[in-house]
Amino acid sequence: MRSVISSTRIAFRALEVNKVRSMLTMLGIVIGVAAVIATAAIGSGAKQRIEQQIASIGSNMIIVIPGSLTSSGLRMGTGNAVTLSESDARELTAQCPDVLIATPVVRGGAQVVYENSNWATLIFGTTPGFLQVRDLSIADGSPFSQQDVDSGNKVALLGKTVATNLFGDLDPVGRSVRIKKVPFTVIGVLAPKGQTMTGQDQDDLILLPLSTAKRKVIGIKSANADAVDTIMMQAKSGNRIQAAQDEASALLRQRHHLGPAEDDDFSIRNMEEIFAAQEASSRILSVMLAAVASVSLVVGGIGIMNIMLVSVRERTREIGLRQAVGAKTRNILTQFLVEAVGLSVAGGGVGILLGVVASAVISRLAHWNTVVSVGAVLLSVFFSAMVGISFGYYPARKAAYLDPIEALRSD
Amino acid sequence: MSALIRTQDLTKTYTVGEVQVRALQGVTLDIERGSFVAIMGASGSGKSTLMNILGCLDRPSSGHYWLDAVSVEGLDRDQLAEIRNQKIGFVFQNFNLLPRMTAMENVQLPLLYRSGSSNDFDERARSVLALVELAGREQSLPTQLSGGQQQRVAIARALINDPQIVLADEPTGQLDSRTSDDIMRIFQALNQTHGITIVVVTHAAEVAGFAQRIITFCDGRIIDDIANTPNKAREPVVCEAGKEAIR
Repeated sequence: MRSVISSTRIAFRALEVNKVRSMLTMLGIVIGVAAVIATAAIGSGAKQRIEQQIASIGSNMIIVIPGSLTSSGLRMGTGNAVTLSESDARELTAQCPDVLIATPVVRGGAQVVYENSNWATLIFGTTPGFLQVRDLSIADGSPFSQQDVDSGNKVALLGKTVATNLFGDLDPVGRSVRIKKVPFTVIGVLAPKGQTMTGQDQDDLILLPLSTAKRKVIGIKSANADAVDTIMMQAKSGNRIQAAQDEASALLRQRHHLGPAEDDDFSIRNMEEIFAAQEASSRILSVMLAAVASVSLVVGGIGIMNIMLVSVRERTREIGLRQAVGAKTRNILTQFLVEAVGLSVAGGGVGILLGVVASAVISRLAHWNTVVSVGAVLLSVFFSAMVGISFGYYPARKAAYLDPIEALRSD
Repeated sequence: MSALIRTQDLTKTYTVGEVQVRALQGVTLDIERGSFVAIMGASGSGKSTLMNILGCLDRPSSGHYWLDAVSVEGLDRDQLAEIRNQKIGFVFQNFNLLPRMTAMENVQLPLLYRSGSSNDFDERARSVLALVELAGREQSLPTQLSGGQQQRVAIARALINDPQIVLADEPTGQLDSRTSDDIMRIFQALNQTHGITIVVVTHAAEVAGFAQRIITFCDGRIIDDIANTPNKAREPVVCEAGKEAIR
């Protein structure tokens, strides 16, 4: 123990003597570790943002969309067929134990008018369950009820963006807007949710009762009046999402009379899958930065090895003297290893600071979310120590096995 | 009681390029405890080679060496380091002090590598520095000390582990004659009042004159081994053999 303490003292004194050289040697490690920290910060920042995103769209949400339509040999994209129905949604809620609620949705665009102002927005025709599935809440007024859906009442819930654009500072609740020339009474305004990662405004929408939307605004698209565009479901819990998807798939295949050889005429996706692509792009960036970091750490390590070899040569006589007065192989080895590790860990420390600053700058300039994690910091300390040990070992060993007579004779 | 140092037929052969240099050609020697021995000889006579072997810094090519009745042959690097640490104190021509350390720290250097712990480092260092008349200079750096003072720090360093023997290789080689006498008188005092065994390698007769016994080397062999009355300079033995060392 004493020898470790004294090795450390000797090593740091040696580093102190060559301040400029020591600092230049550390530079490679500094850059490497800063890159590791920034990488990790960008990576976990992106992950955190995606998680927030998923939570804001609706926790545990699953979307069922119709399959592709083949029309005269021309295959349309997914979602063009009309295969889902209101009764599908009802049965999904009733029969699938892991589906908390399933809500049918029809979608369309429309121009909305209030007195002299007008605004083009997205219309969702749905049931009250939609608010729960999408994790929406009412900021002002009240939501529509199942009664409104059943009776086809002309009531509307406005997104914050729509409300602001049509009404400015006025309170929209109780006022009348015209959607495709049909008057609707505004019964509530949704609490704002902000933008998605792709810049889509989640508050630019109007919710209408499903029946009213179908009949008065969007129109019935197929011969089947029961048809809907999508079904949005909420799983019982985060770890039941896959189970809910499997149950929904089985039920829909049965309801759509699909034989074992036939493909699904619908597809089911959850939020994780949808955001996986976005996560992948941030992962590519992380991998690139990690590559820069590892190259820099290796270069830094070589720098340390180089300077340690110089240091061993410069201090050959000192090594010889230490051997003469009784330093064993491991004493000399420890002394030079501690010096190398001291260099790399000090570089690592500066690198961590620089990485934190870089993360903050990236955050500020590129508007990326960055999170500096304790894990990344510990990993960096570990990595820089490893670089010191692995690149310091050769010079230290060389010092430890010098011939004492030769060493004493050198100048 | 056996001799502190006993060697039998030591030889040492170096290969320099294609030439074989026989630095020692069969040296048999006893050095008793408490003696003060000077080893003389011209450069290349093999005296430094013998010193390195006696100091466990080097191994003989053949022959036997017992230090303190322990055979040194067959010991590995670290065991030799341990012996150097515990039993031998070295004093070099060029002092070999570490420039960035104070006198105190230089003196304590061998304690760093001592097995077994003890906490009276400072006290011990102070007492050996006092022994070489450097009390009060504990915090001086080597550059703040004169040559003679630096060598006295080196002697204190050699003494700190209570060695069986102090080996001094040309300890006065870089000092003027007055300082040189001071250093030799310190060795003499350590030998006479503390009973420390001292072996000094030198080519200077006036230095050897402080010893009780003078051994003269020539071409790797002992050619003269006499008792000496200290403080009386004597004529050096002339090395008459030819260039036998190089074959």
